[in-house]
Amino acid sequence: MDLVANNLSYKPDDQYHLNEVSFNFKEGNLYTILGRTLSGKTTLLKTIAGLLTPDSGEIEFDGKNFLKIPVWERNVAMVYQQFINYPHLNVFENIAFPLKQRKIDQSIIKEKVMDALKSVGLLGYENRKIQELSGGQQQRVSLARSLVKNAKILLLDEPLVNLDYKLREQLREEFKNLFSKGLADETILIYSTTDPRETMELNGEVIVLDEGKVLQVGPAKEIFENPNSLKVAEISNDPPMNIIEAKILDNHIRFEGIDVEAPQHLSKLTEDGLKIGLRSSDIELGENGHEFEVELAEISGSETLLHLKRGDTKIIVSIEEVLNFKIHDKVKINFKIGRAYAFHADGKLASSPFGGLNG
Amino acid sequence: MNKLYIFLKYFFIVVWTVFVVAPFLWALTTSFKDFQSVNGGVTYIPWVDFEPNLEGWKVLIKSPAKGGVDIIEPYFNSLFVTCTASLISIILGTLSAYALSRYTFKAGFVKNNDITFFFISQRIMPPIVLSIPFFLFLSSINLLDSLTGLIVVYIVLLMPIAVWIMVDFFNKVPREIDETALIDGCNPYQAFLKVVLPNSIPGLIVAGMFCIIFGWIDFFFAFILTFTEVQLLPVKIVALNSSVTPWWSLSASALVSVAPLIIVAFIVERYLSKGNLSGAIK
Repeated sequence: MDLVANNLSYKPDDQYHLNEVSFNFKEGNLYTILGRTLSGKTTLLKTIAGLLTPDSGEIEFDGKNFLKIPVWERNVAMVYQQFINYPHLNVFENIAFPLKQRKIDQSIIKEKVMDALKSVGLLGYENRKIQELSGGQQQRVSLARSLVKNAKILLLDEPLVNLDYKLREQLREEFKNLFSKGLADETILIYSTTDPRETMELNGEVIVLDEGKVLQVGPAKEIFENPNSLKVAEISNDPPMNIIEAKILDNHIRFEGIDVEAPQHLSKLTEDGLKIGLRSSDIELGENGHEFEVELAEISGSETLLHLKRGDTKIIVSIEEVLNFKIHDKVKINFKIGRAYAFHADGKLASSPFGGLNG
Repeated sequence: MNKLYIFLKYFFIVVWTVFVVAPFLWALTTSFKDFQSVNGGVTYIPWVDFEPNLEGWKVLIKSPAKGGVDIIEPYFNSLFVTCTASLISIILGTLSAYALSRYTFKAGFVKNNDITFFFISQRIMPPIVLSIPFFLFLSSINLLDSLTGLIVVYIVLLMPIAVWIMVDFFNKVPREIDETALIDGCNPYQAFLKVVLPNSIPGLIVAGMFCIIFGWIDFFFAFILTFTEVQLLPVKIVALNSSVTPWWSLSASALVSVAPLIIVAFIVERYLSKGNLSGAIK
């Protein structure tokens, strides 16, 4: 049973929330919608759930016009980024709610709820009040409620974003396990996130969304290796990919007085307005490197993010250790230029080290 | 420090208790006094300072023919009108508030907030402004001096309170809760009844209390819109006053008229102390 959308558009005010979005989701697969905040992820999920009606376009599921079916008959499940549960019910009643709504036999409900509780690791919590649970536990309850229905379409709207770092890591791991073994073959799983790392870890089919428009569709690896445009390169990297305005002449990349030999995949590009893209992790500190000035140094976890400047060029370098720098310090860096991307002036990918549009 | 804190705490509790309880004690003792005990100097303690009697209370249930005022019928009239009008106001007010909170209405330049304000504006007008239209309206449909007429008027007065409180309350209930209910298989009516309403009980109680209080204490409309057939308690109590102020029966009537409000307050307090109101909605 496929979920097919054609040219979905939704424009409630003077901005598109969805702009001609089309997709073809196949059962048994995981789809990740990657986009920044306000890119239309939630709107898209709500449209699939039936909470929003698009201004134009069609959605078909199993060959039926989905837009004609009201939300409560669609057999979808959704987990919100806020931990949404029914505050007046306890954990057991919360998870049993969708089953009771279907008038399923009490004993079967009990069995299914217990199964769901077990799969999210909340056995023993069934009589607790929702308010007594931590954020992570509340989100598990709402996940259990969405799993218990055996919905054909499972929508997860940034389910980890409101959790603290440690819980996020832990729950993400559990999600991956659940998705890989626990889900029925006919479920379509749609997961939205702003986090490129999460996208790569989930390793599903990725839809990159920006300002309501689909920019690129493909497996996570493909999006990472061959982003089809500057926008996608920015969205699918955290910190965003460094973009450097450079010129390639006589097999050399030149910018801000720096002169680096161009790798083979970039050597033939000689056009004006070329932009070189380099991930923050593809730049390293080195004694014989090029001198940059530190604008800001932030330490996040075990990583140091250096915001550097040279002339008009600003770049971010991530270093896998905790280092202390002061503002206006001078540092020397080397570029792993073999991993550089090139983009045309209009933002389209010109060449990638992984072979996209080579030459 | 700690001792000072405890001392101050109890000191203020005692002061406040005296402040709240004293008028009731005063009314209670006065209701058992006669003319002599009221006007013959300060007296406090029954059987010591003065000889208690039930005259003040008897007046309230004696028929006018025997020199009483008979507040029993007005009492039940007031109860009936207040409860019915409050109940209908809460039901209609909650439904309109939910609609105003969740759906977008637009008629020209009139939008949701304007409609909400229209409801509230009914309470901004001084009652006297409304009295003439109400009088003419009730007389044109032959409901002057009737319980039904009073209920209609009270609904107009009480429903804005319910709408006002409930719109604010529903706005605080996350929309995602309704949406989740829809996704979980409820149609919009079930989502409202099974999910939104149970989570709005604190709001309903507050709105209900305000409706009951405002309905119960209204004198103005009860006075203007009724004559002889139907009488409400506040009007009847005022009628007690004659050339000689009967402090004893006034005190007795004051006590019986606050009794229902005290009972309501106690029930709500019980409910509060069970923790049922706290933490329903974050």
